[in-house]
Amino acid sequence: MHLEVKNLTKIYNKYIAVDNINFKIEKNKTIGLLGPNGCGKTTSIGMILGLISPDKGEILINDKNINIYKRDEILSKLNFASPYVELPKKLTVKQNLEIYGRLYGIKDLEKSIYEISNDLDIKKFFERKTGELSSGQKNRVALAKSLINKPKILLLDEPTASLDPDIGDFIRSYIQNYKSKNDVTILLASHNMNEVERLCDSIIMMRSGKIIDQGTCTELIKKHGRNNLEETFLKLARGADEFQ
Amino acid sequence: MNFNKIYALGLRHLYLIMNSFPRVLDLIYWPTVQIFLWGFISKFFTLNSDYYNNTVGIILTAAILYDFLFRASISFNMMFLEEIWSRNFTNLFIAPIKIREIIASLTLTAILRTLIGLVPAVLISIPLFGVSILKLGLPLLFLLISLYLFGVSLGLFVTSGLLRFGPSFENIAWASLFFLAPLGCIYYPIEILPNTLQILAKGLPLVHIFEEMRSILINEQVNYYNILKSIIISIVYFILGVIIFYASYYGAKKRGTLINMGE
Repeated sequence: MHLEVKNLTKIYNKYIAVDNINFKIEKNKTIGLLGPNGCGKTTSIGMILGLISPDKGEILINDKNINIYKRDEILSKLNFASPYVELPKKLTVKQNLEIYGRLYGIKDLEKSIYEISNDLDIKKFFERKTGELSSGQKNRVALAKSLINKPKILLLDEPTASLDPDIGDFIRSYIQNYKSKNDVTILLASHNMNEVERLCDSIIMMRSGKIIDQGTCTELIKKHGRNNLEETFLKLARGADEFQ
Repeated sequence: MNFNKIYALGLRHLYLIMNSFPRVLDLIYWPTVQIFLWGFISKFFTLNSDYYNNTVGIILTAAILYDFLFRASISFNMMFLEEIWSRNFTNLFIAPIKIREIIASLTLTAILRTLIGLVPAVLISIPLFGVSILKLGLPLLFLLISLYLFGVSLGLFVTSGLLRFGPSFENIAWASLFFLAPLGCIYYPIEILPNTLQILAKGLPLVHIFEEMRSILINEQVNYYNILKSIIISIVYFILGVIIFYASYYGAKKRGTLINMGE
């Protein structure tokens, strides 16, 4: 599935959170959505997920406006993971996966849960309550939930935030490996530049609700005359004058 | 409507109850305390009041029915609040479940929570105070349906407020039923209210339900017209509740509050 955003705008009172953005993610590609805090990344993701109504513009999936699809038809093909969104804390990992598997209408649920749990190495804390897990364990469970329906479009909001390098690397490797075996289009919001360089085919840079640049990592680094993506990010996030 | 999804969301709340003994205890504790309190008050009044003379258990029956309403409404609110407290809102609202399926699931699961709390209390009242609400006979079923629909409607109004105003509306959730209790004429006849309030009170199903309950217990007469009236009023409130819930949901999408809803 490919995803396209056209003239997308969101205004809260008089504050423009997302300002007329346009981008397209081709099928099976991973796009990184970068920008400083408050630049409109989460609002953009929220609009794609149908949690926020845009004030202007449209979101197209396979060239069809998402409003044309039935709500449950389109949501069954999407999923989302973020460390800032939690699963019910008082339920065990297994119970949470079972419930979300049922909500997504997964046919062979036991098998799906078994496979995904093995892959993400979460079986050993299957019977523990989700709220009792460490950050790294919670992130893996959140990722398992986001892949339970084998989504065609996956939105990830800082999937490795606040994780130690080992667990962070495990998750990045898993996403890379998962993508190589499955048809999935990914939109990744992250502040980790190594992660973005490793996982993304190209990136979109946002600032103050606008897209200020886009291209592959190599292209952007070269275009802005920097040594790496982090320096490029700083230049674009702060504005060229301030950085120099 | 997809019943597997309705069941899945219900299962989420069932697991929550089953995973925690204190939670089960909490569900049973308050109705039981209510029964004890009103049981003793009822016993005192039946011995010392002309109005209640020889009609053992009117107050206790009223207390049980009111608690049924209270539990139904609070259960609905609580299940919605659980999603906010656990910061699960985003996951829930991006799952392929329709809004009407969420409402259906909360409505159906609320009855389970209500019964877990109330059945033990009702059973206790039989040997302890010699009062059984089953004495109301078949009309009891219709009175409970009316109460349940109204309780869920109040739950819908409160959850709409939570969607509109966020978790800060939580206190209203707890207080919502107490606003209406004086007008509901639960423990006294409607004539006690001033004339202007009587007009308002008649717009609530509670007055018709509790007037009918007293009529059955005191006069041993059933007026099905009154019961039907109470059910129709409850249905009107329920439909209104669903409309307001949808409006709040779309309002929350416009304001972008669904994505950040949490403690």
